[in-house]
Amino acid sequence: RSSDLLLVRTSFISVTEGGVPLKRIQPVVCSRVTSNLAGLKRALGSLTALHESEGAQPHVKDCEVRSQLRVRSQMEQAETLATTVWSLSDTPEKLAQLNTHLKGSDDMLKRSIPVLNDLLAMLDPSKYTLAWLYILDTMGGESPPPQGAEGFCVHANTLITASDPDQLRIAPEKFSSVCRKFKEICIAAGHPARAAMPLKTAIRKVQPDTQYLSPQHGDFLQVCLLAKMYNAAVDILKDDVYEANPTLTGLVPRDFLLYCYYGGMIYCGKKRWSKALDMFQHAITAPAMALNAITVASYKKHLVVSLICRGEPAGLPKYTSAVVHRHVKACASEYGELAAAYATRNQQDLRACIAKHEEKFKEDKNLGLVKQCVDSLYMRNIQRLTQTYLTLSLGDIARLVELPGAAEAEAHVLRMIETDGIHASINQKDGMVSFLEEPEQYNSVSIMERLDAEVQNMVLLAKKVAMVDEQVSMNSAYIGKMMLKERHGRGFTDHDDFEVA
Amino acid sequence: MATSATPSMNNTSFDLEGYIGNYTGHARIQRMRFIAERVGAPLELEALRMAADELKKGENTVVYTEVIEQIGGRLGDAYQLDKDWIVKVERESAKRLEKLELELNQYKANLIKESIRMGHNDLGDFYYEQGDLQSAFKSYVRTRDYCTTSKHVITMCLNVIGVSFELGNYVHVTNYVQKAEQTPDVSDPVVLAKLRCAAGLAALENKKYKLAARKFVEVHTELLGKSNYSEVISPQDVAVYGALCALASFDRSELKTKVIDNNMFRNFLELVPEVRELIHDFYASRYASCLSYLDNLRTSLALDIHLHDHVERLYEQIRHKALIQYTTPFISVNLSTMAQAFNTTVLGIEKELAALIMDNQIQARIDSHNKILYARHADQRNATFQKTLATGEAYVRETHAMLLRASLLQHDFMSKPPK
Repeated sequence: RSSDLLLVRTSFISVTEGGVPLKRIQPVVCSRVTSNLAGLKRALGSLTALHESEGAQPHVKDCEVRSQLRVRSQMEQAETLATTVWSLSDTPEKLAQLNTHLKGSDDMLKRSIPVLNDLLAMLDPSKYTLAWLYILDTMGGESPPPQGAEGFCVHANTLITASDPDQLRIAPEKFSSVCRKFKEICIAAGHPARAAMPLKTAIRKVQPDTQYLSPQHGDFLQVCLLAKMYNAAVDILKDDVYEANPTLTGLVPRDFLLYCYYGGMIYCGKKRWSKALDMFQHAITAPAMALNAITVASYKKHLVVSLICRGEPAGLPKYTSAVVHRHVKACASEYGELAAAYATRNQQDLRACIAKHEEKFKEDKNLGLVKQCVDSLYMRNIQRLTQTYLTLSLGDIARLVELPGAAEAEAHVLRMIETDGIHASINQKDGMVSFLEEPEQYNSVSIMERLDAEVQNMVLLAKKVAMVDEQVSMNSAYIGKMMLKERHGRGFTDHDDFEVA
Repeated sequence: MATSATPSMNNTSFDLEGYIGNYTGHARIQRMRFIAERVGAPLELEALRMAADELKKGENTVVYTEVIEQIGGRLGDAYQLDKDWIVKVERESAKRLEKLELELNQYKANLIKESIRMGHNDLGDFYYEQGDLQSAFKSYVRTRDYCTTSKHVITMCLNVIGVSFELGNYVHVTNYVQKAEQTPDVSDPVVLAKLRCAAGLAALENKKYKLAARKFVEVHTELLGKSNYSEVISPQDVAVYGALCALASFDRSELKTKVIDNNMFRNFLELVPEVRELIHDFYASRYASCLSYLDNLRTSLALDIHLHDHVERLYEQIRHKALIQYTTPFISVNLSTMAQAFNTTVLGIEKELAALIMDNQIQARIDSHNKILYARHADQRNATFQKTLATGEAYVRETHAMLLRASLLQHDFMSKPPK
């Protein structure tokens, strides 16, 4: 097997360098799995012998011996662990046992960090995923050492590609912690793109279904953002998420918020403003009892994006939690001012407001978005002109929308026509723009099909809602509460429930 | 809004004597003082002189002193501060006050309702003459408890209304008008007319032009006769206020039925022929002449104590209505002819129309190149389709968000505060 071969090769090289006769190697090659450790010992032994023959300093030899001893003891422990793993990996109940055992052996693992590599080598990731998880997690440690980072990445990669989803779900928190460390190493090393594909595979493995949210979603999206790989991210984002089940996926509230926040940012990068707005709104309206920095950041972005896409700040829906309602506006007062300046539809006001709060916007990393607001204000003003005028000269447009000159007006109008912002035609001879009616007459087959598809979609969605409703009404806690209520409110609740208006 | 005194007004054409002849008592004094503030010399002195004359007939020494100070000796010796008169009046007032209070206490001891009521009433009248409006108000309100017949109630209400007008407290005016109207068997048309005027004025002050117009056009012609309401308002005022508010707020059919075909109101309009012409012009779409009449009236209306705040706004509304009315029957309108009809430039008219279109008051689009206005009717079918698709999308979005939140709540997923 590959890990054996690796070991053999190293010992081979080290041995032949010393010019030791070849017949020493044979036993190493023929050794079985368990005695691989023995082989190692032997290889180490021959190394020390080499050092001895070369007349190395006594204390070096001493150290070698000591480390050899330590390694030997760790080896023994690791061996025992490996045997446990093998024995307990057959059936699901045994896996649960294994889980507890592994949790208990946390300390032992921490102490035997140097030999973990070899331990991993002994275990096949696809069969013994659980053990790999624990070992890798300990290997990652609190802050992984730079030289071990590369190895960690490789191992993480192997784990993710080869892991068994069922075993993953037994200890999902460990898996998310491993993935997170992997991601952090990649980001710190400056290669976020490396983590992208593995994390994507990770998501697919952990999810029982595409509708489930996992902690890896947030990590993956963050990596894509840093690597500017928006398209890869959109692939994952387009699956609508309906379930957030912590037992199956190891999800914590922070992960959900991160998912929404990063997802919104990716949509912003792709300029799909309405989807971005949805994501940010999910983050804001998530149930909460304490204000979270992610929620505040989402609120700020939500405000700016809704200015760009709708022209007015979309209010907080009434199901936002009370905590958020009360405090979020105070935290984002500059953005409130921005919204007020935008509402005046006056370019000067908007620019003045932006200049005033530029520092704060830069700090929140929202300056780019805010600058896009300015553009969108031009667009919106020009769109309003289409409602009032049939034809308008470019000079007039420039004047009405506060653009510097007719040439800029022409550029803007041209851009808007290309992106389907307005329907118009420019007559360059007269310098006139004619605004046309919307060509869509809604009388084609394609519209019919589109409407039909939407209706089907909605019927499915309604069925889903009915299903969830049924689930809730069968939930024992709910039934218990309803019975309690009935018992207390006997008499008038019945009438309320059944009275026909 | 033209609120400050503009000395460049056409002072000489304003007929002060004629104007003020319609008012008596407190209304006269108030209006004279107001005009004096607004207008420059020489009418200012004239107004102040008349105010001083009127005041000397009464007992209001405080206002008298103020007016004399405003005159500042410019009218000669006859209008210097007549301290003797002041002292005399004050002494007499003090005596009267004592007597009235004594009588009132007597009546209270006797517990005769009618006399108590009259005592309070007299006290109220006294304070009113003095210019002590707050006490007058209080006294009048006290009579309420002792009113036995509906006539008493009416008298009380009318008194309170009068005082509230001077106080500027229009909330009370509305309240008491309502009270008076609700009194059983109030059938005297004069009283009704008075109440309507009062209500109309209150609505005008509250900027509720439509309501004010409705009230004013219902005022009975009886008011023109002997028993008029000149302490508060003159019939000309009724006509002017009513007509302007109606023009600004009624639509065409209402204008016809309530104003033009209204016999009673026509009698009022006869008093101010300009306004009558104005209304007829508007109805007949002779906008140029209508607007020119309005401009002529503007200066004199700025001197009116009730209307001066609202002149600008009413004018604007009337102008807009005219513009909208002009464009409704046409599919396309040539902007230059329209500019001529309204006596402005093409660019000006284009700007005004653009503003109205953006406000959604006119359904049209402007062809700025050829300067033509094209009427435009919303395409219902397209609009319905668009709305349907939008509603569908909104539903999907909301339901998705709801299901997600439900899942979060089910697993008790919340960011909790650190313990």
